[in-house]
Amino acid sequence: MLRIFALAAAIFAIQSSLPASSRADVTVSISCSSLGIEQQLCQTGSEAWAKETGNAVKLVATPADANERLALYQTLLAAQSHDIDIFQIDVIWPAILAPHLMDLGAVLSEQDRADHFKVLIDNDTVGGKLVAVPWFVDAGLLYYRKDLLEKYGKEVPKTWSELADTAKAIMEGETKAGSSVLQGYVWQGRAYEGLACNALEWIASFGGGGIVDQDGAVTIDNPQAAKALETAKSWIGTISPKGVLSYGEEESRGVFQSGSAVFMRNWPYAWALANAADSPVKGKVGVAVLPQGEGSDARHAAALGGQHLAVSRYSKHPKEAADLVRYLTSAQEQKRRALEGSFNPTLRSLYTDSELLAANPFYKDFLPIVDSAVARPSTVTGRRYNQVSSAFVRVVHGALSGEGAASASLVGLNKELERLGRNGHW
Amino acid sequence: MPAAQELEGAAQALASRKAGPTLEQQRARIAWLFVTPMLAAVALVAAWPLARTIAFSFTDAYLDNLDSWQVIGFGNYVALFEDPLWWSAVGTTLLFAIVSVGLETVFGLAIALTLNAHMPGRGLLRAAVLIPWAIPTVISAKMWGWMLHDLYGVVNAALLKLGLIAAPWAWLAEPRLAFAAVVAVDVWKATPFMTLLILAALQVLPKEIYQAAKVDGVPPIRMFLRVTLPLIRPALLVAIIFRGLDALRVFDVIYVLTGNNPATTTMSVYARQQLVDFQDVGYGSAAATSLFLIVALATAIVITVGRVNVSATGERL
Amino acid sequence: MIRKSLGRLAFYLLIAGIIFYAVFPFYWAIVSSLKTGSSLFQVEFWPSHPTLENYIALFQEQPFARNIVNSLIVAMAATGISLFLALTAAYALGRIRFRGRTSMLLIILSVSMFPQIAVLSGLFDLIRAMGLYDSLAGLVIANLILTLPFVTWVLTTFMREMPRELEQAAIVDGANDWRILTRVFLPIMGPSLSAAGLLAFILAWNEFLFALTFTLSTEKRTVPVAIALISGATAYELPWGRVMAACVIVTVPLIVLVLVLQRYIISGLTAGAVKG
Repeated sequence: MLRIFALAAAIFAIQSSLPASSRADVTVSISCSSLGIEQQLCQTGSEAWAKETGNAVKLVATPADANERLALYQTLLAAQSHDIDIFQIDVIWPAILAPHLMDLGAVLSEQDRADHFKVLIDNDTVGGKLVAVPWFVDAGLLYYRKDLLEKYGKEVPKTWSELADTAKAIMEGETKAGSSVLQGYVWQGRAYEGLACNALEWIASFGGGGIVDQDGAVTIDNPQAAKALETAKSWIGTISPKGVLSYGEEESRGVFQSGSAVFMRNWPYAWALANAADSPVKGKVGVAVLPQGEGSDARHAAALGGQHLAVSRYSKHPKEAADLVRYLTSAQEQKRRALEGSFNPTLRSLYTDSELLAANPFYKDFLPIVDSAVARPSTVTGRRYNQVSSAFVRVVHGALSGEGAASASLVGLNKELERLGRNGHW
Repeated sequence: MPAAQELEGAAQALASRKAGPTLEQQRARIAWLFVTPMLAAVALVAAWPLARTIAFSFTDAYLDNLDSWQVIGFGNYVALFEDPLWWSAVGTTLLFAIVSVGLETVFGLAIALTLNAHMPGRGLLRAAVLIPWAIPTVISAKMWGWMLHDLYGVVNAALLKLGLIAAPWAWLAEPRLAFAAVVAVDVWKATPFMTLLILAALQVLPKEIYQAAKVDGVPPIRMFLRVTLPLIRPALLVAIIFRGLDALRVFDVIYVLTGNNPATTTMSVYARQQLVDFQDVGYGSAAATSLFLIVALATAIVITVGRVNVSATGERL
Repeated sequence: MIRKSLGRLAFYLLIAGIIFYAVFPFYWAIVSSLKTGSSLFQVEFWPSHPTLENYIALFQEQPFARNIVNSLIVAMAATGISLFLALTAAYALGRIRFRGRTSMLLIILSVSMFPQIAVLSGLFDLIRAMGLYDSLAGLVIANLILTLPFVTWVLTTFMREMPRELEQAAIVDGANDWRILTRVFLPIMGPSLSAAGLLAFILAWNEFLFALTFTLSTEKRTVPVAIALISGATAYELPWGRVMAACVIVTVPLIVLVLVLQRYIISGLTAGAVKG
């Protein structure tokens, strides 16, 4: 046994003393996704740039889980490491990571900057610097079962109460017909960032604002927001299963895709999977804008998602890294990614491109959804966004699962957020 | 036995007649030689990280700018003790630790006693029992999350089929069920740890005592309580202490299964949230240091109550 | 006669219960690993269309074999170093009375009282300072913080329980402490060495946080990190089939290790060491 251990010790000693492989002129390392198609597209795109410019690109795999990835990024950036030059960052991270990121304002031409969705450019501008360039955009969508709505002669719901009524009617009808247990509406209710997106959508759709407004004032304590939360609470146990409070994206998709739900709220990624060859609901799924609430300020609201590219301030090759970012976010590359991987572009002009519309007719409807999308208040709350989100999620989750009235918890949340933001001076 | 004692006395008398140090003193010096390599290794890997954490707890450092911070004394600790979420986390953690370690000890004892008996396929059985511990925590937590899914999880499917429940239970959504689920998963995962250590202790027990007891007709339960249990007590207590340390610092199981749900947040989840999600290095380090102090207190209690022998050497019972 | 048979039946039922309790989720993992796509969302006790696609894809999509080797190296080295250092220290801490022994044991224990996340950035600095970032040696050193205290305590406890007579006989024979340790105690420490070694090995094998933070290149990654990085088609899709396949593959060497160690577990004191 001792011999085996000695051998192991020898092996790792040798391994760690092996010289690093020789590199090309300039090697830029990029942490883009390590997942399936996403990784492939990043690889092929980067390689095309590499060929054009004579540099080399190295892809670094980082965890898919958003929290773990952020933690890793922060550890590296806090240590001022130059191991990764380009970071793929979530839409809510620019303000958190801003101190470590390079200003990419020079990368975009005036024309390009105007072509990107304004809400995204604003999101990425921190303290006057453009710290990230939008790469692809996501927004919350309402998925529905075309066949079930047709069967019961129902329209696609435009308001939340219509959705609840339609869901109830279909659920009762299906139970009478003796089919297996059907859920009405599944969404993401676990205590994590996904719930923040869902809750923001409800609140904004009732005209309750966006938690913190653009000037830094906390706006969450208002009657429309309370009504939104009460409405959502009324779904649990009636049209949504009790377990919805522990669902993430995958759990809710599992229920919908196996045919056990009428409606689902999810990101665009679920569309391709729902229509995959082995999906039980293939061809039976439709997508629409999320319903709106009631009241004078009611509107359709989808939470803004997506990923952006940023360059580290500690990069050894800032010029080359910035150029790769420019290439990857250009119209040509975004169009390729949209066609091959369904990554929604961040450039308005591409939504009227005939080729893209032919492949994804839904883009016609998606454009207004993104235009009216609600961004989480990550930029205005800066480095404190995670705390804001955590408090928000905690209070919402408690309101949904607890006994008390939503309005009472919102008062407490408002106070807490005001204290957090030092009364507007985030 | 008496012969050996005489021998020892004679040896010591011999040694003390010599001009130099006694046998005990000589051995004491050699003892330091034996201990130093291990101490050096621990000091190398642990000293800087731990000192750094404790030091940061007295500052207002933030992760996005670790170079500029100010000393704020006990400010972080005051804020920590005023936070009801922290105390809720402390309560949850203590309850979790007591319940799961308790269950793991009972199950571990039962399984170890069973495995100690001679039977065919003993080796394979021991390997099978070890499987829960062998699977990486994050994966087993995700696996259980899948199995506990209220609509298409196998647990509800089985319970429904057996007629034990009428409608699917939302294991991970309802606060009390979520706590029970998390305890169950941790017990499943960590029982092999206890089992293995207790089994090792059982195997060094002298067989003569058991043979004598069999001849005398001592009932097995009394055998267990009066003889076995006291003999394996030292190893059992070490297992309990280390399992307790793990349980008090639990993170993966809670986080993967229930996220940041306040009903199941433990001290480790709280500390991590502050350190990583909120990037508040100062406050997070204070939370981590407080966690350490609470764990140290709990361990001190266990050591005192269990009368764990940290001083005497070699004397049995 | 009937009582004995009933007792035996109860015993075997107990065994069956234990096996079921421990093994069922693993069985479930095997079943899931043989399914793909939407069939993962259906509850079946054996897949209707079993396929090895997940296993094949696992080795094709990433250098999984390399990751397994990395894990083996790190775990074996960390365990080996821990056992060696702890054994020598345990002899002194368990058999020799000297000043500072109690405090030493308690200090070592306190190292295990800090949450991993707290020591992460400090260790990160240390590893980078030693120039061991993105290397297996760095991981081995980081894992020592987890394995060393635990192994030391276990070996010390078992060492302390050994009867006095053993070393007295050796001292009278004129042996020095090193010989006492290697000739007298080491041969009978089988059970505790295997138990502590096995648990430490699994601890290092499954360690995730340090492995994730201290390595960057795919070739240096260990198994838990590789599994966490397994790709589904998109960011939200959990490639459950692949993850379960990885889980199955990864658990098998551990089971083999346990079976191999059976030979080294010597039950009880060896005959002839002490008589009377």
